[in-house]
This record gives sequence, structure tokens and C-alpha cells, in this order.
Amino acid sequence: MLAPVNIPFESLNVMTLTPMLIPIIGALLILVIDVVKGGLDKSLYVVLSLLFLVMDFFSLLNGAGLFSQNGTILGMFDVVLIDGLALLGQFIIVGASMLFIPLSLTHKRFHEFSYPEFFALFLFMIAGFQFMVATDNIILVFVGLETASLALYTLIAMHNRDKSFEAAIKYFTMGALAAGFFAFGAMILYALTGSVEINKIALVLASNGYSDIGYVLIGVAFMLAAFAFKLSLIPFHTWAPDVYEGASAAMAGYMSIVPKIAGFVVAMRFFEFLIHSHIVWLEVVLYAFVVITMTASNMWALVQTDVKRMLAYSSISHAGFVMAAVLIGTTQANSALFLYWILFSFTNLGSFSMLWISRQKHLLDGQSSDHSYDKFAGMIKTSPVAALIMGLFMLSLAGVPPFALFWGKLYMISSAVTSGYTVLALIMALNSAIAGYYYLKLIVYMFMKEPVVGVNGELYVANATLALRTIIGIAAVATIFAFVAINPLLEFITAFVYKSGY
Amino acid sequence: MLDHILSILIFFPALAAVFGFMIQKESMRTYGIAVALVEFVLSLVLWYAFDNSVSGMQFMENIPLIPAFGINYTLGVDGISLFIIILSAFFTFLGIASLTDTPKIKYMIITLLFLQMTMAGVFAALDAIVFYTFWELSLVPMLYIIGAWGGPLRIYASIKFFLYTFAGSLVMLVGMLFMAYFYYQAAGVWSFSILDWYRLVLPENFQLWLFVAFFIGFAIKVPMFPFHTWLPYAHGQAPTIGSVILAAILLKMGTYAFVRFSLPLFPDAAAYFMIPIAILAIIMVIYTAMVAYAQKDIKQVVAYSSISHMGIIILGTFALNVEGVSGSIFLMLGHGVVAGGLFMLVGVIYDRRHTKLMSEFGGLAHVMPRYATIFGIMMMASVGLPLTINFVGEFLSLLGFYQQSHILTLLAGTGIIVGAIYMLAAYKKAFFGEVTNEANKNLPDINKKELFGLIPLVIVAIWLGVYPKPVLGPINNSVTSIIKLMHAKATTELAKERIPDLTKPRVSLMKETIIEEVN
Repeated sequence: MLAPVNIPFESLNVMTLTPMLIPIIGALLILVIDVVKGGLDKSLYVVLSLLFLVMDFFSLLNGAGLFSQNGTILGMFDVVLIDGLALLGQFIIVGASMLFIPLSLTHKRFHEFSYPEFFALFLFMIAGFQFMVATDNIILVFVGLETASLALYTLIAMHNRDKSFEAAIKYFTMGALAAGFFAFGAMILYALTGSVEINKIALVLASNGYSDIGYVLIGVAFMLAAFAFKLSLIPFHTWAPDVYEGASAAMAGYMSIVPKIAGFVVAMRFFEFLIHSHIVWLEVVLYAFVVITMTASNMWALVQTDVKRMLAYSSISHAGFVMAAVLIGTTQANSALFLYWILFSFTNLGSFSMLWISRQKHLLDGQSSDHSYDKFAGMIKTSPVAALIMGLFMLSLAGVPPFALFWGKLYMISSAVTSGYTVLALIMALNSAIAGYYYLKLIVYMFMKEPVVGVNGELYVANATLALRTIIGIAAVATIFAFVAINPLLEFITAFVYKSGY
Repeated sequence: MLDHILSILIFFPALAAVFGFMIQKESMRTYGIAVALVEFVLSLVLWYAFDNSVSGMQFMENIPLIPAFGINYTLGVDGISLFIIILSAFFTFLGIASLTDTPKIKYMIITLLFLQMTMAGVFAALDAIVFYTFWELSLVPMLYIIGAWGGPLRIYASIKFFLYTFAGSLVMLVGMLFMAYFYYQAAGVWSFSILDWYRLVLPENFQLWLFVAFFIGFAIKVPMFPFHTWLPYAHGQAPTIGSVILAAILLKMGTYAFVRFSLPLFPDAAAYFMIPIAILAIIMVIYTAMVAYAQKDIKQVVAYSSISHMGIIILGTFALNVEGVSGSIFLMLGHGVVAGGLFMLVGVIYDRRHTKLMSEFGGLAHVMPRYATIFGIMMMASVGLPLTINFVGEFLSLLGFYQQSHILTLLAGTGIIVGAIYMLAAYKKAFFGEVTNEANKNLPDINKKELFGLIPLVIVAIWLGVYPKPVLGPINNSVTSIIKLMHAKATTELAKERIPDLTKPRVSLMKETIIEEVN
């Protein structure tokens, strides 16, 4: 008989789990409420989710305080890891979720929000993403990733249109493939090193001097493919535009931010040590990924006729841009990634929300898709404030100073310059110029064309409620006045990234 | 108040533009004129308070913006930027005051006021990122002006304008990031302050690359041959006010930036690239002059002649001596006044006939004598007749470059002659001879509103042509210090030779001569 294992409760450091436990408890509570008394209005669930997210945010703040005093905290058999990366990642995840959830308080009724399960799944998903970033253990990453992804597939399908089912199935199949790749990569690395913890893998590989480089590369290749699926890097991006189109605009905006930051944090943890051991193959492949993803998706975005698809491709391009940080791998680059993504969250969520408030139940005559460019023609005449705000988001996405995303681009390109990636810096700059064209196209439609007959200003704000207006207002203010917040943000991020050793 | 006069100059029009949304449509014009007048008076106050004897920066302001990354909100003016700021306020004022019937006039005035903010910002900024911010922001109002009030091809023209300049300036941004990084390597802290960068001495090969990066951004803006193709479209499609501001101020951003960045930051590279750039400038002068001669549209004539004159400005700037650089800055002002005036004049006739084809006109001097007179004066100023504003600038620019290369200066001189030919030919076609077209017989002569916009320009064009000293003095002062700085920073033989040493007195005494009796 095995001797009972005695583990003192304190050594578990359960406190490290609190940020993840809060949304899980919230999700369970929502389910219980539904069981006890069904048929309640969505606003209840929205506010409950929001409350739990706020609590989550505060527990993260608490964790951040502890981290800045004592450094990295380990817990639960050293599986859960609270370091700067984990905290920053979770801040973005929870923050963007807080901005997203009020978007379900639309004027029109949409199918998915009438189910309490939507909100429960949403909170489970957040917990999944939080697990994913707050660990060094590939298995826990996998578990978090799958929890979150399965919840996300369902959320997309709940939009209840033909295209949404298509999107969910597509996302699910591709996600399953990615999960397979991930498991395979993890297996090979475990076989090589006998560990599933990234830092131990790094240590073992370094100590034997990468003697089995061939196997390492196979493992890395599988991992790379898995991440490329999740981060929608070309050529593994094919699901992204269709899924974005099928999902509701709000959900699409959410998907362009939160799952990706989780993916970036894990990619950073995983690839950084490989990059720093100068594995040339990986550098070349990552370089190619970055350049091709940025450029090709920009080209595709140019020819789109639907604004949402255009934004989908532009999100892919932004992901490629930010992936450069993983390639460069300096503290400055990694800080730039977080800075960029925080600014991007506001701007991108804002622009998708603008599409969301103009969502119709039925298409007008001659309108080919939900958000075709034509629909926005002459918006300045019929709905000037909405047009100005949308124009603002487009300028920010294009990187026109002094709006939010410019500072992200600036710092990111600067990190490329500092580490000697001159050509990459130029490619990044020129890609911003290409991207300028399709953002400008929407501005041209909104400001310089005549309105389509039969479109009145109501159309653009048909879905708007106070909650949605507030979120868009927050996003717009954050976009305009970002320059005030850059310095504290930058100091905070750099300190956290530096302290975590990245 | 004088401590923050630059910030006020920049943000007053922007604030007024935001408040402008509240103004009722009919009152908007008066509001716009009032605001622009206040702005103009403020710029004159700046001139009044400006100390002519100081060659460095004045009215400096400094607020940390992103100290962790060395970005500060730093402003200041010297003799070089002072007059361009005044010019921009002047043109915004005249432009709004002489604005003819424009649809959606309220939005036009708001846009113009925003544009004035960005223009003042570009010329007052002493931090590269602040400079870049205003530089890029200036594209947005112009995009809207061309795209919303332009001709039939307006959307194509506005997008082309935006993308060209946007792409160029992103390359420049990479250059700026390199500069900041080099400063970081030398000093240990990040800085985007231009004055800090002035202290940085870079090895020649770094200078060459950075010079090229900045050059692409500036050259597209100027626009230099072969990057000039966006400009004819922009001018051809833009409404009158758009062309006026574009030609008078926005293009000057490029040439100003050459003087502010390229010369003092990269003296060796500037000397190295002097001849190739001069050749480009001369191609620009001669080629666009010839193209101008072939135009049928009078606005295109003015547009191409405007590019042609920008070539002389570039030539003067890259003379790398005090005469040339001062002359080129003075020519920027002159070109602003004259080209702006000519575009306004073209606008006058366009408002009456809704065509700009020269073949439609002829004998206008009989119908519209006052208009013909003013057009004549402006045209003479444009071809550089002595005692007009352009003569001073062109003469000094060419004089400066003559010290570097006789042949090239001679070639540029021929460009000016071609300029005179096509301008006179265009004038003859439009104004002399019999009135052949029935539609022209009863055209009303220039009215009060238009006179109000044009007379000040004529006065300035002649006043500064006759007596340029009040403007040329401060410019000369600041340019001298830039040339001194360049000579001191220059590391290569070539640069030392091409950039004159102003600290060495030109006249000196020998210790003794052979002829003297030796004791």
C-alpha cells in the first residue's frame, strides 16, 4: 500500500488560483441561478458577469502588487506560475472581456444572449485563457487552451445563423487539428527532455547542447503550426476570415484580441528560449511567418468588399506585426507586444462595436453582406458622430499619430531597429502604409461618397443602447488620449516583462 | 502668455474648430474669419516679441510626454520657422476670408482650422515625434478637403495624395527611430529632441543611410522629381482653397524639414549627396517647366510651375552655404505668397466660368482689367522679376549654388527662363487678343471679397521684393548658426570643403611681408 502523501496546504499557495477561480465560480453561479429560476432577462447575467470580471481584475491587481514586491510566485505543485507575463496577459484578457460583455445589451434581440449558458460559457472561457497564460506547464496550457476553445466554438455557433454554424464547425475542425499538433509537439519534447515544463525543457536542451537538434526541430515545427493556427498566421489562417464573418461583430472583435494575446504569451514563453539559443532555422521560419502574414493579409484586405472581412484580414495583419516581437525577443520587443495589444484592444474592439451597433436583422435591397462598404457610403451626412468615431478608429488602426495604435507601432518598430532588424523594421513600416489604403477606403466611403438611397442615419446606430454607447465612448476616448497613458503603461509593462526575465 | 504662445498658436485653432460645431451655419464664415484673424494677429505678436539678434530657439516649451522613451512635447521657433508660421496663419486667414460659395461651408472652415493647427505644429515642433505627429495629421484635413470638395477625380486624387506621403513618412519614421537609438547608444538615454540630435556626430555611412530614409519622406512631400506625380492630381482636383494651402504651406513642410533635419543632422551626407540632389532639382526645374508649357489647363500650368520653383528651393538648400540656404528659405515664403496667390486667381476665373482651359479664354484683359492687372503682377513675381519677392529668393539660392557648381547653376538658370516663357505664353493666351468666346464677354470683374484676399498678397509680394531685410535678417541669423554647426560636425574632407567655415575671418593680416624692411 502506498504511504499517504502529505502535502501541507500552505505549500499549495492556493492564492495563485484565485484569478481563475473567480470566473469559474461566477459561471457556476449563473448556471445555478438558471436552474433555480429560469427565464430571467439577459441584463442580470451581463451585470453578474461584469461583477465577477471586476473582482477578477482586482484579484489580478492584488497579484500584481505581490509580484512587484516578491517576484515570481509559484503555486499548486509549481504548475501555476504568476509572473509578469501571466499578469499582463490576464490583465488584457479580463480587461477586454469587461469591455466586451456589455456589448450584449443590444437594442435588438439576438438569439445567443437569451441563454444564460452563453454567459456561463463566456466566463469558463476566460478562466481557460487565464490558465493558459499563467503556467509554464505545456499540459496545463493545453487544458486551458481546449477549455477556452471549446467554449468559444459554442459561443460562435450560438449566434444562430447558417454562417455561424459554418464558422463554428470550421473553427472547431481547425482547432482540433491545432490541438493535435500541439499534443504531438509536446510529446516529442517530453520524449527528448522528460519534462513538460518549458523552463525545464529549456534547461535540459541547453545542457545537452541541443544534441538531438533534428528531433527538437520536429517538435518545434509541430508547436509552431499549432500556434500559427491559434494566432492565425499565414498559411494557417484560412479559418479566420470565415469565422469572423460568421460570428457576430462583437464576438469577432473579441476573438481578434483575447485568444490571440493568450496565444502570444504562450508563444513568447515557448519560443523565447529557442530564439535566444540561436536556432537559425526557427529564426528564418518565424521571420518568414511574420513577413508573409503581415504582407499577404494586407493584400487580401485590400480587395475585400465587406468591412467586417476587411477588419478580419487587418486583424491577421496586426497579429503578424506583433509576432515580430516574439522573433526579436528583447525586453523592449516583448514590452512592445503588450503595449501594442492593449492599445489594439481598445481600437479594434471599438471598430467592431461600431459594426455591431449597425447590425441589421434583414439586409436592404442590393446589400450583399451585413457590413458592405456601400452601406457606409455618405455616413457623414446621415450620422455624423458615428462616422467621425468610425473614422477615428480607422485612422488609429492605420497608425496615424497621435492616436492609440501609432504608439504601439512606434515602439514595436523601434524594438526592431534596436535589435538590428533593419529590413524587418522597413517592412513593418511599409506594411503600415499598405494597410493605410484599406482603412482609408472606409473613410472615403463614409466621408466622400453620396449616401445610398433608402439609408437613413438610424441604420448605423440601430442597435445602440446606453451600454454600447458607453463602451464605444470609452474606446474612442482611449484611442484619442492614449498619448497621456503611454508613459505609465510603458513603465509598468517594461518593469513586469523585465522582472519575469523576458 | 508669451511663454506659451506657441502652444496657443497651435491649439487655439483646433479648439476653435471643435467649438465651431456649435455655430449656426450662416454665422460660420464670420466665426472662421474671426478665429483666423486672431490666429494671424497672434502670429504677428510672435514676430513682434521675437528677438532678431538671437540665432537659436526662442519661446521654448517643454513638457514630458513619454519620458521613458525620450518623447517630449518640445516647441520653439527660430528665424527659419517663424516666418513660415506667420505665412500659414496669413494664408488660413486669407483663405477663409476669400472663400467663395462652398457647399457645406461649416465643415470646410472647421477642417481649415484643424489644418492650421497641424501646420503651426509642424513648424514649431522641436521633437521628432511631435513633428511627425503634426506632419501626419496634416494629411487628414487635406484628404478631406480634396476628397469632399474636389473635382470629378477627387477620390483618386485624395487617396493618391494620402498614400504617397504616408508611405514616405513611414520610412522617415524608421529613420527617426534609428536616430533615437543612436542617441541612446551615445548618451545612454532615449531622446527624440531635435536639439539633442544636433549634438550627435555620426559616422559617414550611418549618415548616408539615415539621410536617404529622411530624404524619401521629405522628397515625396516637396515633391521632388521623380516622386512628384501625386501633386498634379491633387492640384487638378482640389478646390481652390485646397490648392492654395497645399502650394503655399504644405509643400513647404518638406523643404523646411530638409533645413531642420537633413542638413544639420547629416552634414557629411548632405555634402556627399549635394550633386545628385542638385541634378534631381535641376531636372525638376527644367522638366516640369517644359511640362507646364504643354498644359492646356491654366491650373495645371500653375501647379507645374509651382513644382518647378520648388526645384530652385531645393537647389538653394543644398548649396550648403548661408546665401543658398537663406535664399531658399526666403524663396519658400515667396513661393508661398506667389503660388498661393496664383491659385487664388485661377479660382476666381473658375468660379465665373467653371472651366480652367486656356483655350476657353482670351482677351480677358478687356473684360476684367483689374483681374488682369493683379494676375500680371503675380505672374511677374512668379517668374522672378527684380523688385518682386521671388527674385530675392531665386537670386540668393542661385548665388549660393554658384559657389558650388557653375554649370549646374547655369542649367537651373535656363529653367527659370523657360519658366518666364510659359508663364508669359499662358498670360498672353488668356488675357490678350480679342475676346473670342461669347461666354467671356460679360464676365464681372473681381469683386470685393476676392480683392480682400488678393491685395494683401500683392502688397507682400512687392514689399518683400523691395525691402526684404526685416525677414531676411532673422533668417540669415539662424541659417548662419546652422551652417556653423554643420561645419563643426562635418567629418569628411568633402564636407569640410563644401560647407564654408564661417568662424574663420575672411579678411586677415599677414604677420609680415617680404617688402617690409627687416630689422
